[in-house]
Order: sequence, then structure tokens, then C-alpha cells
Amino acid sequence: MAPLLLAAVPLGFIGLLFVYPVATIVWTGLAPDGRLDLSPMARVLTDPGVGRVVWFTLWQATASTLLTVTVALPGAYVLARYDFPGRRLLRAAVTVPFVLPTVVVASAFLSLLGPRSPVNRLLVALLGEGAPQLSLQHTIWAVLLAHVFFNYAVVVRTVSGLWEHLDPRMEEAAQLLGAGRVRSFVEVTLPLLRPAISAAAAIVFLFTFTSFGVVLILGGPRLATIEVEIHRFTAQLLDLPTASALALVQLAFVIGALTVYGRLQRRAPGQRLRAAGEVARPPRTVGRRLLLAANLVVLLLLLGLPLGVLVERSLATSDGYGLDLYRALAGSRRGSVLFVPPWEAVRNSLVFGAAATVVAVTVGGIAAWVVTRSRGPAARLLDGLLMLPLGVSAVTVGFGFLISLDTPPVDLRSSPVLVPLAQAVVATPFVVRILVPVLGAIDDRLREAAAVLGARPGQVWREIDLPIVGRALLVAAGFAFAISVGEFGATVFIARANLPTLPIAIFRFLGQPGAANFGQAMAMSTILMVVTATVITAIERVRVGTVGEF
Amino acid sequence: MLSVRDLTVRFGDTVAVADVDLDVGAGEVVCVLGPSGCGKSTLLRTIAGLERPAAGEVVLDGRDLAGVRPDQRGLGMMFQDGALFPHRDVAGNVAFGLRMRGWDRADVTARVHEVLALVGLRGFGGREVSTLSGGEQQRVALARALAPEPNLLMLDEPLGSLDRGLRDRLIGELRELFDRLGSTVLYVTHDQDEALALADRVVVMRAGRVVQAAPPDELWRRPADAFVARFLGQTNLVAAHIEDDRAVTVLGDVPARGHRDGDVAVLFLPDALRLTRDGHRGVVTARRFAGDHVVVTVELAAGPQLEVACWGGDAPAVGSDVAVTVDPDATWVVDP
Repeated sequence: MAPLLLAAVPLGFIGLLFVYPVATIVWTGLAPDGRLDLSPMARVLTDPGVGRVVWFTLWQATASTLLTVTVALPGAYVLARYDFPGRRLLRAAVTVPFVLPTVVVASAFLSLLGPRSPVNRLLVALLGEGAPQLSLQHTIWAVLLAHVFFNYAVVVRTVSGLWEHLDPRMEEAAQLLGAGRVRSFVEVTLPLLRPAISAAAAIVFLFTFTSFGVVLILGGPRLATIEVEIHRFTAQLLDLPTASALALVQLAFVIGALTVYGRLQRRAPGQRLRAAGEVARPPRTVGRRLLLAANLVVLLLLLGLPLGVLVERSLATSDGYGLDLYRALAGSRRGSVLFVPPWEAVRNSLVFGAAATVVAVTVGGIAAWVVTRSRGPAARLLDGLLMLPLGVSAVTVGFGFLISLDTPPVDLRSSPVLVPLAQAVVATPFVVRILVPVLGAIDDRLREAAAVLGARPGQVWREIDLPIVGRALLVAAGFAFAISVGEFGATVFIARANLPTLPIAIFRFLGQPGAANFGQAMAMSTILMVVTATVITAIERVRVGTVGEF
Repeated sequence: MLSVRDLTVRFGDTVAVADVDLDVGAGEVVCVLGPSGCGKSTLLRTIAGLERPAAGEVVLDGRDLAGVRPDQRGLGMMFQDGALFPHRDVAGNVAFGLRMRGWDRADVTARVHEVLALVGLRGFGGREVSTLSGGEQQRVALARALAPEPNLLMLDEPLGSLDRGLRDRLIGELRELFDRLGSTVLYVTHDQDEALALADRVVVMRAGRVVQAAPPDELWRRPADAFVARFLGQTNLVAAHIEDDRAVTVLGDVPARGHRDGDVAVLFLPDALRLTRDGHRGVVTARRFAGDHVVVTVELAAGPQLEVACWGGDAPAVGSDVAVTVDPDATWVVDP
């Protein structure tokens, strides 16, 4: 089939489910009553409250980015340059937080940093009553820590991906020319790593700038990013014009950040790279072993502790440990938090997630094929268009769905397909990013070798292309599923009350007072974490080397 | 066996292969030798059907291959760096061509064992190709190309990426294997040692054209021109002009039958030059140790600079005054 004809599928998908909703946001923001009216926009732009929100969003994103890069660089070094038992496992473990649902991470930090934290009980046990207590709930520290937790993997994987291919002889050459260890790092290694570091920093900035779930849950009533404000104006104040105006402000910042990112990517210099295996060496000196150990401790404290406490809290009962909280999920309709038993949220999540995966893999697969086959400007446009939902944030997608797809010509208000479609929009960029490099990287000589050995054109596709891309397809499907199951920012705008997904149910439970509600949220978060982590671990087993860009 | 006539291949405006004629007889090993970018790989790929010729014909066993797809040509080809299928193990790679030809399973298994043993990889069938060393990967690539018993085996710089010691060993093994199997081989390389050691006949290419086709010893003693001589590693070329069927140089006259009057160059083969007490005087300007002999560079008083091999361990030091005698029979006159 002609690529152009096939391109209609992803184009139609992204046009109807992303461009149209965003256009509606713009229209609602600039012309709330059907004609151009800049007064809501002007009101938003001059409102000191909004100014504070924008300022907070900016500086917390900057602080999160700096903190993440600082904490993650040594980790990237260790993973790139040291060969030690468990390296592969560690690499996989580092990735898990990145794909964990925001709600799970927020729950985990709530349980670690809140008043019910086991750390506090430990302090009391050690120092007696009156011991200093850890209470970072609803502070900026909780938000920053959660952001580092999330984005550690982005920096580690991007930077170590380049670092492990850097020719170590360049640093050695610098040292032989008289530069000390520090000097040669600063003057040789750091500049060579700059493309990876700046790209990772740009992505972290974008992710934390559009942070929604973490700030909504951990920030409490006082801390709000633009995303959180969009949600508040929509869900609590029912003020769609103001929400649209805020979304426009956010869009402007995001497009700016994406432009800077694109510039940085283009300036990356060509480098002589080495195969990863040639570079990593076992840590032989005491200093190197200490550095490795220090990094493992950071990993354990930063990444392991919150998740450990989450599981611990989900197993806590009034008199010790047990599965009471999980059993409670099956039946109780406690209060009006949910209209259905929480178990149904698990089922909804799995069904919606599976549907979203099918859509995302189909659309993303076709798009990736078109992009790699026809390298014209049209293909690049399609590629860029499909990346937009990733940068522009899930909240924009959800909010756009809410205000555009519930009125004619497209009325899906009462349709349950809205949720998986929104999740597919969020997941498709990942599918494309995983498949494009794999499809593009199949060495033409493999196809030629097969042909010379007697494979007919159709056989070449079946014997070479399909098996190689097959793994990547599985990886892409796994990512799409993990992302869909944990999707919160878009789903929270459009999920129907009687069909909540797990993240929505967790959010509602966390919003209720009382230890029982909190405990149930912990139990559901643990389930969601296990589902996601299982999928990601399975992906790591399937993928050979490093498939795709994540 | 293989006969290529007037073959021309163009990429846009550049002519990669120009009017090439090439014959490979049954059981013959022919090496195509030339610097990178001379069109030798393109020639091979065109014979394989991977590139489309602009003109000319490729005939294999009397069958014109124009318009025949690569998979229908029945050729074997070993790619530079192997091009092994990363998603199949060693046995899966070797079995590929047999499966495409519809062999049944038992025969495939037996043949894979046989061919792996042939290339010295007995028991490697279950290994992932990514776990193999460079030399082992090349052996697998060779086994994969050999397995279906192709009429013509083509190898594109098969040893290009290997280190010298391994390459020298594999050259010997390859030659022995070709002899044992009686294979018809077309082998492309930029390395003159490889070509001279392996080939029954060497075809030298430059800028898309065949410059000379000859057996290794003839190529070495009678290169077609100065380019071929230099490419084979011969350095002792001295300017000359023709007078009465003699080439006149500052080192004396040498026979030059058949050359027209004008400027030429005289190639002094390594065994034409010796250091002696009397002869053409000169000064040693450099000295290079080459294992069982020493090569000294002598700048002659008469002008030219020559490289002379000294056997027997008493090579003069740099700066010494020496004399060089010339054997006019171990020379060859070429166009400059």
C-alpha cells in the first residue's frame, strides 16, 4: 500500500484526537462566547495569583531539573563505566520509576514523608517520645523528591547511553597530555557528554514543568502548577474560559521548551563511538568500589525506600500486618468515594489499558513505518505531530477531550471509548519513538544477504523485518500498556464516575480523610505498581540490547 | 562459468563501474584488487543482482542474468563484516539459505553440522552470533554462504575488519578450503597481500575500470603501469626515456622492447638491486628492520632514491656511503 494512503490513519487519529481538541482549547481561551474576546486571557495574564502559579511552576521545574541531573550523573557514570554483577538488573530497576504511574509515586512519598511514616516510628523507637519528626507532606521538598525519583531514569539512561559508547582513550589521551583526573573530566568528558546531558535536562524540565499528579497529591492546597490550576478551574470552579487561557499559557511555555530542545538536538556533534562492551570495566580500586557503593545506597534510599514503605503501609493492619486492606477492596462501598467496589477499578484499568494498547500500537506502528519509509518533509511533519502529545502534557489532552468531544460534531460524552482513546493519544508517541529507530536501523545488508541466499521479497520481510521488529513491537505494546494503565492526567478529566480506573480510584481515596481510606489507596497503589513493574520487567527480558530510545 | 561483458554501473552522474570485462573459470579463484572507492564492491553487488547495471551483461553458466532477482541467481555471497542475522543463532544463520531452497529439516541439520565443521566451528550451532569474536563471525558468514553449495562464491572484503595475525591465518585457511572444495570464487579486497596469496588470477581495478588481469607472479613482475606497481607495494621506479628499444636511466640501460619513444619509468624488482663495493654510489638515508632482512633507503648520487633489501645482518647504518649494483634483467618498463 502506498505510504501516503497509510499515513491517513495516524494523521486522522492525531487530527481528531489531538489537534481538534487543542484547537478547541485555543478557541475557548480566545473566544469564550463564539467571538474573539481577549478579556479572559488578559485577566489571566494580569492576575497576580496566576503570576505566582507560573513563577512556582517555572522555579520548581528548574530546581527539580538541577537536582535530578546532580543526583543522576554519578549513577550514569557507574552504569556506563563499571562492570559488576547485577548491572543489567540495576539498569532495569532504574527504569521502573519512570513508568510508574504518578499516583503510585505520589502515594509512596505521601506514606514515606507524611505523619504516618515508618521513619517517624523509627525515630521515636530510637530516641523516645519527643524525637524530631519528619513531616514533609504538602511541602516543596516532597514534590522535588518525587520529581527526582521519577526522572532519575531519564538522566541515567540518556547520559549513560552516550557515556558507555564514549571512547575512554580520549580521556586517557588527556591524562597523558598532563590533565589531572578532574581536569580531563571537565575538559574532555563533560563537553562530549553535553548533548546527552542537555537533552536529558530539557526532557526533565518539560516533564516537571507539566507535572500534574505529583503536585496535585503531594503539594496540598498551597502548591499548584499551571496543570493543577487548569484542573482546579475545570473540576472545582467550572470556569472553562479561564482554564483554557491557562492551557494556552502552558502551551506557549511548552512550545518554547520544545524549540530549545530541538536546537540542542541538532547541534549534537558527530562522535566516534565504541561498542558498549569494550568500555565497561570492573571497579578495581577502593575509590571506585566506594563510588559504586555510594550510588547503590542513593538508589536504595531514593528509589527503593518509598516503594518499600508503600508496600509496608498497604500491609499494615490495626494489630500488625495482613491482607485486610486488600480484602476490603472487594466489597465495601465506603461512603460515596466510589460508586463501585474498588476491584472494578482494577478491571476497568486492565480493559481500558488493553484497548488503548491496541490503538496505540496500530496507529504508532503505521506511523513509524510511514516515517521510516518516506523520509520527506511530510514524514518529518507527521513524526513531529505525533510527538506533540508527549510534550504538551496529558492534562491538555484530557481537558481538550472534555471541551471538544462532548458536543456535536463529535459527541462521545457518554461513550466509554473516550478513556482508552485519550490514553492511546498519550501512549502513541512512545510507540513511535520505540519503533522508528528499530525500523530505520535494520541494516539493508541483512535484507541483501537474505536475498542472495534465496529469500523472495516476501520471505525477506517475514524472515528479517518481522522478527527484528517483532521484539520492538512487544516492547512498544508493553510500554503503551504500562502508560495507559497508570494514566492519570488525561483520564481524570474524562473518566465517568461509575467507570473509574485505578489511578482515579486511588486519587479519590487519598482525597478522603481517615486511616482506612488512606490504607485502601496504598493497597491499590501497590497493585498498580506490581502490574506496571511486571510489564516493565517483562519488556526488559524481551528487549535485546537497547531497543528504541527509552 | 561467470562472464561479465562491458558492464557499466552508474549512481546518478557518477560512473562506479565502467565497461568492465571479467571472466571466472570453473574452479578458479579470482581476486578483484583496488583502492577503496574503485568500484570493486559495486561490481560484486551488480553480479549478485543487488545493483542494476546501466549497460552490459552478466552471464553465469550460459544464463543471462539480466532482470533475474538476487534470490533466483543461486550465488553465494559473504559480506564485509558478515551481515549475520542478529535474531538467529549460528545454526539458524547457516541454515537460512538451505531453508529458502526448501531442504527438509534433517538434511538442513546434517548440512549445517558439516559446514560448521568445515570452517572450524564444530559445536557452535547454538551460540548467539553476538557472543562470537570477529574471526568466528566471519567463519559463520563463510559457512552461511557455502552451505547451499553455490556455483559461484563471492566474498566482499571478508577479512577487512580483522587484525593482521588472524587475517594471515584465515587467508591460508581460505585458500586451502577453496582448493579442497574446488570452489569457483570471486573475491574482492583492497589488500595486495591477501589478493596475491589467495588468487589464481588478480584483477586490478582503478576508478571503475579494469587496469590489469593476470596471475599473481605475472602481476608482480610485469605490472601494467606505475599505479599497479605502486599499489602492489613496489617503490623502486626510476624515470627513463626510450632509445632504440632500450630504456635509458641514470642507472644504465635496460631492455624495453615494444615501447614507443618517449618518457617511461623503469621498475627495479627487489631482486634487481644489491649493495656492493662498487656500483652506483649513494648514501643510506633510512633503515627499516623487516624480520629476516633489513630494507635500507639509498639516495644515489645520480639522483634517484631506491629501497634495497639487505640479507644476512650486516646492513649499513644511516649515513653510510654505499654502492648499489643493478641487474638489468630483473626490471620492467612501464608508463610513468
